[in-house]
Amino acid sequence: MMPYLLLSSLLFSAGLAAALLRRNAILVLVGIELMLNAANLNFVVFWKFGPNPESMAPALFVLFSIAIAAAEAGVGLALILALHKHFKSTNVDDMNLLKG
Amino acid sequence: MIEWADQIFVLLKREILLLVPVALQPLASILLSVGPIMGVFATLFAATTVLERKGLGRIQNRLGPNRVGPFGLLQPLADGIKAIIKEDVVPYRTDRVLHTLAPILIMVAALLAYSVLPLGRNMVALDLDAGVLFFFAAGATTELAIFMAGWSSRNKYALLGAMRAIAQMISYEIPLILSTVGVLMAAGTLSTTGIVEAQSGYSGLFPNWYVLTPWGFAGFFLFLIAATAEANRSPFDLPEGESELVAGYFTEYSGFKFAMFFFGEYLGLFAANALAITLFLGGWNAPLQILDWVPSYLWFFAKLLFLIGLSIWVRGTTPRLRADQLMNFAWKFMLPMSLVNILASGLWRFTGDGVLGWLVCGSLVAGSYYALGLNLAPKNAVTKRIYRFAT
Amino acid sequence: MSFDLAILALLIGVSAIAAITLRDLVHCVLCLAVTFASLAAVYLRLGAEFLAFSQVLVYVGAVAILALFVVLLTRTGEPRAESRFSPQVMIPLAVCAFVFTGLAAAAWSSSLKDSPEAVGASMKLKDVGRELMTSYVLPLEVLGLLLTAALIGAAILAKADDGEDDEVTDLGESQGQQQRPMVATTHSDPKHD
Repeated sequence: MMPYLLLSSLLFSAGLAAALLRRNAILVLVGIELMLNAANLNFVVFWKFGPNPESMAPALFVLFSIAIAAAEAGVGLALILALHKHFKSTNVDDMNLLKG
Repeated sequence: MIEWADQIFVLLKREILLLVPVALQPLASILLSVGPIMGVFATLFAATTVLERKGLGRIQNRLGPNRVGPFGLLQPLADGIKAIIKEDVVPYRTDRVLHTLAPILIMVAALLAYSVLPLGRNMVALDLDAGVLFFFAAGATTELAIFMAGWSSRNKYALLGAMRAIAQMISYEIPLILSTVGVLMAAGTLSTTGIVEAQSGYSGLFPNWYVLTPWGFAGFFLFLIAATAEANRSPFDLPEGESELVAGYFTEYSGFKFAMFFFGEYLGLFAANALAITLFLGGWNAPLQILDWVPSYLWFFAKLLFLIGLSIWVRGTTPRLRADQLMNFAWKFMLPMSLVNILASGLWRFTGDGVLGWLVCGSLVAGSYYALGLNLAPKNAVTKRIYRFAT
Repeated sequence: MSFDLAILALLIGVSAIAAITLRDLVHCVLCLAVTFASLAAVYLRLGAEFLAFSQVLVYVGAVAILALFVVLLTRTGEPRAESRFSPQVMIPLAVCAFVFTGLAAAAWSSSLKDSPEAVGASMKLKDVGRELMTSYVLPLEVLGLLLTAALIGAAILAKADDGEDDEVTDLGESQGQQQRPMVATTHSDPKHD
C-alpha cells in the first residue's frame, strides 16, 4: 500500500502548492480539489488494505466527499465569477480591500 | 439447432480461444470481443450514412445518392476514400496537441460505451456491476472532447459551437440519467445484462418490457429525446447549425479528422439507441413468445435499425429549435417530467401492474405531461409582432 | 509495485504537476481532468467500481467542465506579463516539502504498511445502496439539502453583482445610443430642410 500512500501524499502536496503559490483564484480552487482527491484516495486505500474490508463506510465517505466536492466547486467557481465582476480580475493578490 | 444458432458467436469465440496459448488468452479474449464490435458498428455506420441520405432525400422529395454502385450503395466507400486522401488543413494558430487529440478522444469515448451493451444472449464485452453508470461516465468524456475541439481551433464559430454544445449536453444529461432511474428501480440492478434479464418472459401475449408500462413509456421517450440532444442531432443541432455557425465545433477540421468526428457522433447515437433498447425495449428478447427461436442478436439489431430509422425520420421532419426554446424544454419540461416519472415508477411497485397501477401511474404521468405542456405553451398564442429597429 | 500502477502513478504525478504549473489556464484544467480520470483508474484497480465511475461522472463530466467555463468567462484581454506565481516562492515550497515528507514518513511508520491487499474485497452496488438507505440515510438527506442549497447559492452568487453592473453598463450604453441618433439627426436635418 506504500505506493498508493506516496501517490496521495504527492497529490496533497501538489494541491497545497497550487493553493499557496498560484495567483489565479481558479487554480487555488483546483489545488483544493487535488487535496480532496488525495484524501479520497487514502480512504479507498485504507478500505482495501485495512483490517475490515467488509465495511462499506469508507466507500460511502468517499461518495459523500465527491458529492460535497461538486457542491464546493460549484459555489467556489460562482464566487470567483462574482469576484471577477467586482474586481475585474481573478488574481488573488488584487483582492486586498482590507489592506490598509 | 436453435440454441446453436443463437450462441454461434459465443461458441466461436470459445473455440478460437482454445487454439491460443494460455498466456495469450486474456489478450486474445479482449481482441475477440473488441474487434467484432468495432467491425460491426463501423459497417453499421457506413450503412446508416447511405440510409440517412436516402431517407432524407425521400423526405425532401429527391433521390439521394444513386451514382456509386447499385442504388448508390457504395457511396460510403467513396466518402471514406475521399476523407482519407483529403489534405488535413490545420489553421496556423491552433493548439496543435489538443486539436489532434479531440477527434481521437471523441471516438474513444463513444467506443468505450459499447463495452457494456449486451448485443445478444451472453454477448456482452464487459459485464459490470455498475454497467449503466459506466455508460454515462464514458459519455461524460465527450463534452471535454468537444470543448477541446472548439477551443483549440481558435475560431469564434468553433468556440461558440462548443459552448452551445456543452451547455446543451449538460442540460440534457440530467433528464437522460433521471429517465433511466425508474428502470433501475424496477430491475433492482445497474448491470445491463441484469436489466435485460429482468425484462425476459411474457405476461399473456405481451412481453415484460418496461416500455409497456406507463412510466416506462414516458421514460423511453424522455430518454430518446435527451439522447437526441446529447448526440447534437436535429432538432437539437443548434451547436452545429450550418446556417449560423458554419459547422460548430468542427469547423476547422478537415479530411480524416472530420471523418472521425462524424464517426464518433454516429457511434454515440448508436450507443444511446442501444442503451434505450437495453433499458426499455427488452434488449435482445423477442417481442412475441412464438418468435423466440430467432437468434437474439438479430432481434437486437432489428430494434437498433428501427430506432435509427426513427431518428432519421425525426431529423428529416422537425425544424431546429431556438436556443431559449431548447433550454426551456430541458429545464421546464424534461427535468420535472423525469422526476414525476421516478415517482410513478415507485408507485407502480406498490400498486402492481393491474388496473389500479395503470390508473394511478397512467394518470400521474399523463396529467403531469398535460400540465407541463400547458406551462410550456406560449401564453398568448399569436399576436402581432412588434418590430424594434436600431436607431 | 506493478507495471500498470507505475504507469498510472506517473500519469497522475505528471498531470497534477502540469495542472498547477502551466501558464494557460485551459491547459491546467484539462491536465486536472487527466488527473481525475487516472485517479478513477486507480479506484478501479482497487476494486471500487462504483466510486471510479462516480469520480469520472462528477469530476471529469461536471467539475472540470465548470472550471473551463469559468476560465473562459473570466478571461480579460491580454494576459498580464507578471509571473503566474506569488512573489514569495520559497516559504510555501518549503511548507509543501515539509508536508510531503511528513505524510510520507507517517505512511512509512504506519503499522499497516505491509498489510496485504484484501483480495476478495469489492464494492457490490447492492451493499452500497443498502447502507445508503439504512445506516446512512440521514447523511444522504442532509447531502441532498446541501446540494440544493449549493445550487441556489451558486446561481444567486453568479447573478448577484449582475444587477448593479448591468445598470451601470446599461446607462453607459444608453447614453452612447442617445448621442448617436442626435448626431444622425443633425446630419440629416439639412437634407430635410
